[in-house]
Amino acid sequence: MAMFIRVDIDGSVVEKSPGLAAKLVEACPVKIFKPGSAPNSVEVVEANVDECTLCDLCMQASPKGVRVVKLYE
Amino acid sequence: MRFYEFEAKQLLEKHRMPLVESRLVQTAEQAAKAASDIDGPVILKAQAIAPGLAAASVREASDAEGARTAAAALLGVDDGGRKPKGILVEARPAGEAVYSLSFTYDGTSKRPVVAAADMAGKIDDLGDSHPDRIVRRHFSALYPFSDYIAKELARSLDLGGNDLKRMTRIVAGLARLFLKYDLADLDITSLVKLGDGKFVVLDVEADLEIEARNRQRPMLDELGFAKEDLRQVREPTAFELEGAKIDEEDIRGIISPIAEFDGNIGLVIGAGGGSLTLTDAVRKHGGRPANYAAIGGNPSVDKARRLTKLVLSKPGVEKIAVMSNVVSNTRADLVARGVIKGITELGFEPADKILIFRVPGAWEADAAKILEKYGIEYCDRTVSISEAARRAVEKVG
Repeated sequence: MAMFIRVDIDGSVVEKSPGLAAKLVEACPVKIFKPGSAPNSVEVVEANVDECTLCDLCMQASPKGVRVVKLYE
Repeated sequence: MRFYEFEAKQLLEKHRMPLVESRLVQTAEQAAKAASDIDGPVILKAQAIAPGLAAASVREASDAEGARTAAAALLGVDDGGRKPKGILVEARPAGEAVYSLSFTYDGTSKRPVVAAADMAGKIDDLGDSHPDRIVRRHFSALYPFSDYIAKELARSLDLGGNDLKRMTRIVAGLARLFLKYDLADLDITSLVKLGDGKFVVLDVEADLEIEARNRQRPMLDELGFAKEDLRQVREPTAFELEGAKIDEEDIRGIISPIAEFDGNIGLVIGAGGGSLTLTDAVRKHGGRPANYAAIGGNPSVDKARRLTKLVLSKPGVEKIAVMSNVVSNTRADLVARGVIKGITELGFEPADKILIFRVPGAWEADAAKILEKYGIEYCDRTVSISEAARRAVEKVG
């Protein structure tokens, strides 16, 4: 369970944006996202969440679909 | 990482450096046969890397029987708890002249440097006893080595004609080998000019830059280096092997070197030489480090987590000091996350286990927030390395 970071995904936003799921998987340098079982979806890899470097690439890819929360603030 | 001499010579041979005739043997019987084949006075060198064995690991013999006796004694040399990797039996040709060469990095000019002397020995030692006999040339680690640098060096040794050409070829070849294999030191402590004018390398010492061991894996495989072989001066402990495993399994950042001591203060330390300074500082203030474990190079949270668990699991270690020099590529917040995670997973409160957290530099504001949440004071660069070590020692009691 992640202790320092939480990643929220709005699945409906990702689903409606063709290619966004793949982009999130590709963009994250620490592999927090993996392809979901449904088309155009992603899942969070819980074991990698605390590795988040706060690079914001995921939020830049989808400002409305992804939110990264620092649990220590 | 220190090479055994026979390994260093394999590298030199691969690059067509002229070497004295030699055989690597494993028994006294084989040593006698090798001496007989060489047919002349030989020198026998136990292949050992523990420090302080220079005198104990070398014997001379004038014939096969002498070689047998010498080898039997050398096979009993204690190489830091290991047996020697064999005996190198080598011819000892009488030369007209003898030289030494040394390739290393000059920390002041931050460039590789080659030094030479017209006498045998380690340049480091000759620098103290015969500074006037040493000549030096710096070269680039970025651009290909140019022969003119080697020629200038050889000319500085007053060599001319064929001697100049031969020495130039040897120096240039060694310089390229030094760069190609990421060596930290390459010492030719005895390079002899024979009666026919040719030069041969007699004695070699070589060290690989430890951080290059992944990049140089093909060469190390060729030499038969096991992956877990870090060439420590003694057999690695289970603690050290586990540390090396943690490092190996995650390419992000580095934990190296890791060494176990018998103290009670666990150390998670690093950054630009800071780990050595910090260990010394802990000792200076009367503390007893339980380990040396330099972490840096932008380690992952998981690497810091696993290292923390390893250090805290060591018998006798109650608390850890997390300290570093000012970090730039390594992130203070990621180290903080890893350390706290590791402690929590062991079932402890981070505030009960961290003596001090002094990791100033990149992302320190986030590190401070993380630590604050867990009730740990964050120390920035206004707390000196010495003061951080003093506080850690004081807290452990």
